[in-house]
Amino acid sequence: MQIILNGQAQPLDTGLSLQDFILSLGLENKRYAVELNHSIVPRSRYLETPLADGDQIEIIHAVGGG
Amino acid sequence: MSAPLVIAGHTFESRLMVGTGKYKDLAQTQAAISASGAQIVTFALRRMNIGQEENQPNLLDFISPQTYTLLPNTAGCYTAEDAVRTCQIARELLDGHNFVKLEILGDTKTLFPNIVETLKAAERLVHDAFEVLVYTTDDPITAKQLEEIGCCAIMPLAAPIGSGLGIQNRYSLRFIIENAKVPVIVDAGVGTASDAAIAMELGCDGVLMNTAIAEAKDPILMARAMGLAIEAGRHAYLAGRMPKRPYASASSTTEGYFF
Repeated sequence: MQIILNGQAQPLDTGLSLQDFILSLGLENKRYAVELNHSIVPRSRYLETPLADGDQIEIIHAVGGG
Repeated sequence: MSAPLVIAGHTFESRLMVGTGKYKDLAQTQAAISASGAQIVTFALRRMNIGQEENQPNLLDFISPQTYTLLPNTAGCYTAEDAVRTCQIARELLDGHNFVKLEILGDTKTLFPNIVETLKAAERLVHDAFEVLVYTTDDPITAKQLEEIGCCAIMPLAAPIGSGLGIQNRYSLRFIIENAKVPVIVDAGVGTASDAAIAMELGCDGVLMNTAIAEAKDPILMARAMGLAIEAGRHAYLAGRMPKRPYASASSTTEGYFF
């Protein structure tokens, strides 16, 4: 299956949770927020959030700005 | 004594707020902010560059939420929808922190705010329990409307964002200050320390700046200058300046001349 991560399509194995996916990106101990299909997913729910074909995931973090 | 700044029940000793953009690196950002004495620090939200950034330090590693009051902003948003979404993401990022700077732009050349979208977003955010500090034009009517919606601070521009033109609208800023029951913070336009002092002498409750510090040749020294200027301007405002008069008035007594 395929998902869209931060605007870029990429293949992904089926049956993964959002938690599995984030761990695969090496983002432990980082500060970020996640949206799945335009809805915020609270950190406490990554484990119970399954990913499906066509899902749009946004991983957002703090950057410099005024 | 100068009373502290209170925004939505939060108390701050410093009346300077600073941005985190345009610095050479995060170490310089951190050093400049520390030198400024600011307690409120604003930042933007963007996509993480997956595959490039995950091993890089993040802004929040340098600007600790334990040390500073973080003020996520909606910079780059042109619609109420995008701005509200950005604030909701910020709240998730910062574990329920609801202090946000609402900034909805109207065009890329002036970076003036889109007031129609700003009013819409402000209503939605206030309803959703955000504490909204709002970037706006220097129009006193709009400022009052934003206050009536429930924004906790009104942040009029003094000149275009990043222009460094200084305080171009002191009369309209005065109207806003006179009418406001919430803090008025000049957001945008300051170029150097005297500009910050002028804003404070007008009676503004604070100043938010980024470029004036970050684009100085020595940002850390300028940050210190800004902190001092804000304090000097505030004291001068509270002290009450002397009246202007057209002719001279001797400072030494005219009694007791021996010549």
